[in-house]
Order: sequence, then C-alpha cells, then structure tokens
Amino acid sequence: MSRLAKQLGLPRLPSALSPIRRFRALDFPMRSPSTPRGVAPLPAKLRTGVDYDTEWARRKPARMVGAAIIEGPMRLAVSSLAAPDRRGEDRLLGFDGPAIFAANHHSHLDPPLLLTSIPEPWRHKLVVGAAADYFFGTRITATLSSLVIGAIPIERSKVGRRSANVAAELIEEGWSLLIFPEGGRSPDGWGQPFRGGAAYLAARTGAAVVPIHLEGTGRILRKGRPLPRPSTTSVTFGRPLRPTDDENANRFGARIEREVAALADEASSDWYRARLRAHAGTSPGLTGPETGRWRRAWALGDRARGARTRRRSWPDLCFPEIAAAEAQDAQPRWDGSAFIRRVGARSALRCSPPRASPR
Amino acid sequence: MASDPRRKAPRPGFVLEVDRSTPPILFHHGDNFRLEKLPADRSRVIYPAEPLPGLTDPEESIYQALLNPIDDDPLPSLMRPDMKLTIAFDDLRLPLPKMRRPDIRQRIIEQVLDIAAAAGVDDVHLIAALALHRRMTEAELRHCLGDRIYDSFAPQGALYNHDAEDPDGMVELGTTRHDELVTMNKRAAESDLLIYVNLNIVSMDGGWKSTATGLSGYSGIKHHHNVATMRESKSFMDRHSSELHHSNWRQGEIIKKHGPRIFQIETTINNNTFGYDGPLSVLQKREWEWTAKDRATFMGMKKGLDLMPSGARRKIFNNWEAPYELTSVQAGDVDAVHEVTLENCFKQHLVPVQGQTDVLTFGLPYICPYNVNSVMNPLLVMSLGLGYFFNLYRGKPLVREGGVLIMSHPTPWEFHPVHHPSYIDFFEELLAETTDPLELESKYEKQFAEDEWYVHLYRKGYAYHGVHPFYMWYWGAHALQWLGRVIIVGGDQRAVRRLGFQPASTMQDALEMASDVVGPSPSITHLHNPPILMADVT
Repeated sequence: MSRLAKQLGLPRLPSALSPIRRFRALDFPMRSPSTPRGVAPLPAKLRTGVDYDTEWARRKPARMVGAAIIEGPMRLAVSSLAAPDRRGEDRLLGFDGPAIFAANHHSHLDPPLLLTSIPEPWRHKLVVGAAADYFFGTRITATLSSLVIGAIPIERSKVGRRSANVAAELIEEGWSLLIFPEGGRSPDGWGQPFRGGAAYLAARTGAAVVPIHLEGTGRILRKGRPLPRPSTTSVTFGRPLRPTDDENANRFGARIEREVAALADEASSDWYRARLRAHAGTSPGLTGPETGRWRRAWALGDRARGARTRRRSWPDLCFPEIAAAEAQDAQPRWDGSAFIRRVGARSALRCSPPRASPR
Repeated sequence: MASDPRRKAPRPGFVLEVDRSTPPILFHHGDNFRLEKLPADRSRVIYPAEPLPGLTDPEESIYQALLNPIDDDPLPSLMRPDMKLTIAFDDLRLPLPKMRRPDIRQRIIEQVLDIAAAAGVDDVHLIAALALHRRMTEAELRHCLGDRIYDSFAPQGALYNHDAEDPDGMVELGTTRHDELVTMNKRAAESDLLIYVNLNIVSMDGGWKSTATGLSGYSGIKHHHNVATMRESKSFMDRHSSELHHSNWRQGEIIKKHGPRIFQIETTINNNTFGYDGPLSVLQKREWEWTAKDRATFMGMKKGLDLMPSGARRKIFNNWEAPYELTSVQAGDVDAVHEVTLENCFKQHLVPVQGQTDVLTFGLPYICPYNVNSVMNPLLVMSLGLGYFFNLYRGKPLVREGGVLIMSHPTPWEFHPVHHPSYIDFFEELLAETTDPLELESKYEKQFAEDEWYVHLYRKGYAYHGVHPFYMWYWGAHALQWLGRVIIVGGDQRAVRRLGFQPASTMQDALEMASDVVGPSPSITHLHNPPILMADVT
C-alpha cells in the first residue's frame, strides 16, 4: 500500500494512523490479558478430539445442509463408485424407535455408503460414531465431519466416559447411531474383533442393534490407498437385536459379531446355507484364519461373492459315496426342543421392557 | 396413514338404499372407471367392509402359529436333519393385485426355513403350486418369496414351478369313493413333510384345494373342474355348499391316507386393496365421502386414463401393489386350520343382504386371477363376472333365477399370445360354434387338454394349460344356467356377442334391455366390488 501510495505520489500517513499499529496499541480489556510471570497458566480448553462439541451440527440449518449433501453429491458419488446392492431392508419393517447400526469397517467409503443406504426414518436422524483422534484431530476436519456425516467423536485409544455419555444421551433423545465396532478400518481385508461399545450402549439405553455387513468397499478405497477405484458393493441389513435378560454386554457384543458374520456368510453364499451354518455355529468368522499374512490374504479369495455357493456341475456327476459320507457327517440328533427353548427366550425378550439407564 | 380413523375403527359392509340424493356410483370398467346414476327407490348398493386392522406384529404371529399349531405338533419337532422337506406355496394369482413386498409367503417361508436350518435340514425343495396355470417368471418368484429365498434355492434347482405334465414328476395316490383319481407332484408326494403356505384372498382358496388341486394334474383336476360340479357348487365361495370343495376334500382324504404328512399354513389379509392415501385410495371410499381432493384425483385420473392407449393403462395398473395387511395366520392340520381361516375370511368379507334382486350389476376391474401381468381377454371377463363375482354369495344368489346380470367392462378382443394361446383358439373357433358348456366339454375338452403343442407351451413357455379356457367357461356354468340374460356395458360388441351376451352402450340402455326379461321397474342391486365383499343372502 505504501509502495502504491509512493507511486501515486500520495502523502505518507502518520505511523500512528496505521491499522496494524493501532491494533497493536490496544490494551486489555480490548486484548486478552497476558499471564503474569511465575503463575501457571490455566490449561487451554481443548476444542478438538473427544471434547469437540457437535451440538451445532444437529440444529436444523446444519441438518438441512447435511441432508442436501447426503442426498445430492454423496449419493451420486456412492452410486457411481460403489454401485451398492442393498439387501435385507425388509427386516426392519415394523421396527420402530432409535437404533444402533453396527457394521464391519473396511474403508472411508463405509460411512457415505451407509448414510445413503440406511432407510428412513433413521437416515436423517442419525449420528455417526467417528474416531476422535482421526476425524476430530483439527477444527477443520471436526467441523466437516460433524456437518457432512453427522459425526460425533468416539474415543478409541483410551478409556473415557465422555464419548459413551454423549452417544447414550443422543440415543435417549431419539437419535440413531451408526458405529463401527471394530474401532477402525481393516488393515488387510479381514475384519477385526468387535469392541463392546455397541453392546454397551444397547444395554444402557434399551435401543436395538441392527447388524450390517458391508462387502466390497475395501476394493474401492482400502486403508492406505489414496484414490478410489470403482467397484461393486453390497449392504446387508440384519434383524434388530436386543440383549436378552441373561446376556451381559460382552456376550451381546459377541452375538452382534456372530450376526454380522452370518450376514457376511449370506452375502458370499446364499441365505439358507448361511442360516444352516449360523444355527450350527459354523459361520465363517469375520477375522479370518490365524495364520501368516500371505495365507490370510490367500484365504480372502474364498470370501468372494458366490465362492461358497454350491453350483451344479455339467455334466451332472454324481458320487454316491461322497453323498453318503456327507449324510453321515456328525450331526447332533434334532428333536426341536432346543429351538423351542430359544424361541421361548426370544418371545420373553419381546415382552420385556427396555432396561433403565444406569446413570 | 396411522391416524386415519378408518384404520382404528373400520366400519362393516352395508347395504345402501338408493334415493334421489344418492350420488352416482363408481363402477370399475377394466382399466378405467364409470360413474353411473342408479334408479332411485328400487336400487341398492352393497358396500364392502372397511379394512380390518392388520396384525401388529406379523413376524411374531407367524412364529407363534408355527410353534402352536392347531391339532398338530410344533413345526420344530417335525424337522430332522436327514428328512426330505418340500414347501409348496400359492402361485401369483394370489393376492390380487399383488401385494407390496415383503409378500406374506416370503415372511412365512423364511421363518419355516429358519426352523429347518436350525434342524440342519439340507434336502429342501420349494414348489410353486400352480396346477395348470402358467409358470411364474423369475421376477414373479422373487416378488413372492424375496431375493434371499430365491438366491438360496433357485440356482441349485430347488425352487421351481410345479409341472403337471412332467411324465416323471407326477404320481397317482389312489382313487376316492366317487372314483376320482388323485395325482400329486412326485417330489411333494415322496417328501417326509409337505408344508403348504397359502394365502386366502377369498373363501374359495385353501384347505385341501391347495394340495389336491395346486399340486395335481389334469387327470386329477378334471374330476372337479367340470360343468356338473360347477353347477352343483352353490356357491364355490361357500366351501360347505360347494361340490367343487367336496370333491377336493374327498381327494384330500386319499392324500391324507397315502400321501405325505402335511403341515398347512393359511393366512388371511384385509381389504386394504387401494390404500388409505395415494392416487387409488378414492376407490376404497364411499362416493358421498369423497373429499374435494378425492374428486379432483378421480377426475384427473379418469381424464388421464381416457387419453392413454390401452397398453399404457394396463402397465400402470399392473404395477399397482396393494398395501394388504395380514389379519390372521394359522398352521397345523388342514381341516382344522381351514375352518379358522374361513371364519377370518368371512369376518372381512361377509355383508348381510335381505332378499334377491331382479337385476344384479357390477363393474369388473382390470384384474382377475389369470391375467396377472397379462391381458384381460373376453374369456376372463366371463370367468370373472359369471364365475367369481356372481358366486360371491352365501345362502342363495344375489339375483333371482331368470334375472339379469349387467356387467361393465370394455371386453376387448385381445389376448396375450404367450400366456393364453389356447384361449385364442377356444374363443375364435369353439365359441363361434357353441357356447353351451356341456357341449364344449364333451366335444373338445380332451382334445385341447392333450394337445402336444399346448402341453409344450405350458411346460416350457409361460402358457396356461390347453384345458384352462374350458375351466374358465365352466366357472360361469352355474351363472349361465341361472340367469335370464347377461349384458355387458361398454364392451367390444363383437367380443360380447361371441361370448353369447348382449352389448349395451350405456347403463340406461342396459336397464332398458333388462326390462324385456324381468319386466318394468325391476329391483336392482349393485355389488360395489372391489375391495372384495361377499353377500350373505337371506
């Protein structure tokens, strides 16, 4: 400015009139006070991480912006990148109230995929549990995460009550929660053991957990890949689950993991084979074999869609001795009583009121 | 719309006496509608009951029905790992129109299969029990059963349509005391357990008719699908007065004795055909209760339909999925279950009516059991009107003997060449010669039934069996014998005359023509159907 003024031949301003100098000249209370020497300053109030307050993102204007983003560019991006095949939404028919959607996690694409897949009335009253250390690391990422995907910070590296309290309060206010119980994206394509957050929140709030299995997002944008590569995905919704009276959070968490594993089995084979294995307790686990890395990577091929589907060969070769051996396979005798007992428990569950919050 | 008062307190069906203040009455007219002013002081309109409330938790109700069956053991106790299990289900003719997904059959069969999976049953087959109807397409099977079941069984060849003409796929189970042969799908007959999943939209369905007809072939079905039986079925909507059902029940005795163990699952649905809101909801309301919005919707819809070509109209209506709700589900022994089903069915449909009428009128809708995703041809118009609608009575027919039936339908001379090939020949060749059901039966039925080309189209294409147009004609045999005249308003004149009926351009003309038979100033009764009602005539 001063150079321009010189070129134009304008007279030079007195230094006292310079705006910067005038600002610097301001004193307390127009400027913040300095800490006296020898006095320990108060700890700075953290505005990122688990302490980030996302309440503003749930107000109506922000929600409208978020919904516009989800239904516009996000849906377009998801359909062009992921071509999702959504199944099992009918299992949510007749179910009412807030829910905890618990899904396996392979990719940053998972939240957008689910935000465009979870049916109404839950879709637009949904918060997403996101890693406080990752999504809420800076003010910018925290603001964007809260606005676009409705994220709330979840502490995953240390034990803390704050994030659980926030999530529970929101569920009690009628918000649904999308959570990835594995705590992070899969490092190698296999799942990771489920943590107990979803089960704990369900037990605490009485909300049902809807298990969801995602398949294919790892192919598009797996952990460590900078750019997405279009592929196909499937989203399989399971029936809403509630903890039974004799089930603590740990056991319920294990059941959620089993249900997601059964949905994974359903997605890779067919529903009836998956049900047979689920009832027999032989559904393939999400976490893969306990072997070396290359064998785990090798075994991933078996999880491809249709890999476990029994296909009719041509010509239709028949090996009676194999069939007979299969028929004699050690199957426990069945008289239906165990099933009836289980159903009895299920019926009792339907009648039991939601548990009171232990706050 | 949960707040709709009709949902909380549905009103029963009733009979309206028409006076000068009565507004014009809605007549279905194929894929269009008419509003007709009925003569005051001698006309009455029978309105169906409003939809009964659906079960609040259908999944739990189905579960309880399977665990606490009527006169049978709980389903889980009937399962064992090494068993041969067959699940048969009603085909796409039920319900009408098709219901919104998930279909009731999907809900039930998924639970049945979950029990079978818990027992470790590997050998499971699912069969669409379509008797001599056309095969269901993949899309139709997916609609009825859902993708999960379809993808689990169809690729392995364990989900398929019943084939009544498969020489290796049918077995004879025996003969009834009336010398009626009983045949059955071989896989079903040789199963350790046959589970039949039924959907009752009217009281005619279900019971032993499900297995004795649905899984049978021509040699078994011809014993009750014939002119004599139909004329003795008064009506075939009233199982205890229906010779059709008596014959099926006799065949059921043989199935019980020599066939597989049967676990019957029957369901009923409510009358929520057109929904509480949406463009067609006006069709479910009584005319004097139409709001300004309803009237505007109706007029707009009618104007649009008038301007559209028939193919577009058909496409729109064929895409309609009814928001039916499950009102009851019961399982167990066939006879015991069916009696409960009938009670629930009558709860929704029966409307008490005093006395018969000289002239019966009704408007035929765009759909009947045999033109789902297809064309409503003239034979189906006859079957729907004189077969189904005429027989929607208990006690005695709504119209007196020698009375006149006036139906409203465009009755186009149009056939679906893939679905109804034998209908075309029946209509163009046989009906040109005679309309007498007995003569048609004696001279031509066997020839059509055994025609190799028709058999091939039934087995490999999507055609109704060669004998099926005869059954459509027999379906109306009781009405043909009973009525003095049949008039079709607004129909294709050539097609109507070929059927042996009289065409009329307007309702006024039709009433004039009717007075030739029943005299001046006849009493008139209009059946305001659909949604479905059944007149309990005393």
